[in-house]
Amino acid sequence: MAEIVSLREAVAGLIHDGDQVAMEGFTHLIPSAAGHEVARQGRRDLTLVRMTPDLIYDQLIGIGAARKLIFSWGGNPGVGSLHRLREAVETGWPHPLEIEEHSHADLANAYVAGAANLPFAVMRGYIGSDLPKVNPLLKTITCPFTGEVLAAVPSLRPDVTVIHAQKADRRGNVLMWGIVGVQKEAALAAKRTIVTVEEIVDTLEAPPNACILPHWALSAVCVEPGGAFPSYAQGYYDRDNRFYPAWDKIARNRDTFLAWMKRHVLDTANFAEFRRVLAETAAAKEG
Amino acid sequence: MTEFTTNEMMTVAAARRLKNGAVCFVGIGLPSTAANLARLTHAPDVVLIYESGPIGAKPQVLPLSIGDGDLALNADTVVATPEIFRYWLQGGRINVGFLGAAQIDRHANLNTTVIGPYDRPKTRLPGAGGAPEIAGSAGEILIILRQSKRAFVDRLDFITTVGFLDGGDARERAGLKTKGPVAVITDLGILEPDPVTRELTVTHIHRGVTREQLVAATGWPLKFADTVVETEPPTETELTALRDLNARTAAAHGQDQGSE
Repeated sequence: MAEIVSLREAVAGLIHDGDQVAMEGFTHLIPSAAGHEVARQGRRDLTLVRMTPDLIYDQLIGIGAARKLIFSWGGNPGVGSLHRLREAVETGWPHPLEIEEHSHADLANAYVAGAANLPFAVMRGYIGSDLPKVNPLLKTITCPFTGEVLAAVPSLRPDVTVIHAQKADRRGNVLMWGIVGVQKEAALAAKRTIVTVEEIVDTLEAPPNACILPHWALSAVCVEPGGAFPSYAQGYYDRDNRFYPAWDKIARNRDTFLAWMKRHVLDTANFAEFRRVLAETAAAKEG
Repeated sequence: MTEFTTNEMMTVAAARRLKNGAVCFVGIGLPSTAANLARLTHAPDVVLIYESGPIGAKPQVLPLSIGDGDLALNADTVVATPEIFRYWLQGGRINVGFLGAAQIDRHANLNTTVIGPYDRPKTRLPGAGGAPEIAGSAGEILIILRQSKRAFVDRLDFITTVGFLDGGDARERAGLKTKGPVAVITDLGILEPDPVTRELTVTHIHRGVTREQLVAATGWPLKFADTVVETEPPTETELTALRDLNARTAAAHGQDQGSE
């Protein structure tokens, strides 16, 4: 049953050191505010799961919050590398990061299997790829009906899934639209789910087939207006395309990165204050 | 004849390979530029599918990321990512997969994972994304990337995405039933797999490019087809459409098109 609580309370009560955490989003509706709050509360030893790790995972990896990353494409969308992820893999800084690597189709299927309470997913995939040589979890299974050899991958059952959505009603029923990625599957595969939303409304006014997560399938709903910045929330605000190349410069150097994290994330009280400090430092740079 | 850049020639040549009415699974970056140019010129009925969920996407500007809002707003429908991979790709409904890569070998296998050993990479690349299953399930594959010795290598450190493996019938023997790569379009020319050995062979050279340039930009002893023709240069219509698209994109995003 979802409680409507502050993001600080939700993270404090539902995400623990050592948890497997999936903060999902497919360049739309990225749960940035929640990612910052996890960093702020100093979580450690996390196993982070995401099809497309982007800036928030670069931040969590760079400050040493993650022990392991399960992923299928890790980059700064439209820009290039995630420098903190790369440095963790290439040089083991700030500490070695265990990598468990899949393809998109695999992780999408693995979430579906998790949501369906199955131990594994079956798909046609990986033929000729070297990925099964470096990830022993990628196995094959022979179809008992046709004899076809198919790829078998373990289902994903995160301890916690965190997503961002457009809105919730006062009971905590959540509505999202646009590019919804794997968020519904990731939410239903998890033991606990936190959803941040742009706003709380009296009624969702959604058509019958809309993508709705009922309040009783969620753990916590938190209001975080602008909480997907620098990604976007369709119907609310656009992607801040300038932030992504700016992040490339910040994250390229360890010290610049750590100073930025301290000033903007660790030393701020919440996402609203982060946005205020970010606006100040941006104005100072231009002035 | 209007002057054109090698990048423009590459994008135009790649766009021409996409037939009107084809259903195309599009990677972000160069494939997305070429696929949208096709849609805006000779292939108005091409159906563009992006792995983030849009089906029948008709973006007004080029997306910077695979999940830009414009892709969703102008699509025929937007479905969840698992549905894209399960029903539409694995379901066999995609005619053409349009891929880029960091590295390619002579049998059109692709690397987007690591340069150097996997456990201690010299360069960690973004990873597989949707490519391994696109390469297996789409009816045929088009590949677009700039040609250089760093990209066209004798031996891949990692095969992320299958082409023809060791060549010959290795792809079929591995159990793949789709055609695989049919053309690699670069800024210097077009390479196509030899029908028997499946080794990438130069079939087209872009205007102003020499055989020596192609050889120098390739990390294996490059073969040329018996008949090599000059790629037809971009027409005014193609160039205008491409330049307008890039200008609209730059104005909308305040920067150049995406690189990934």
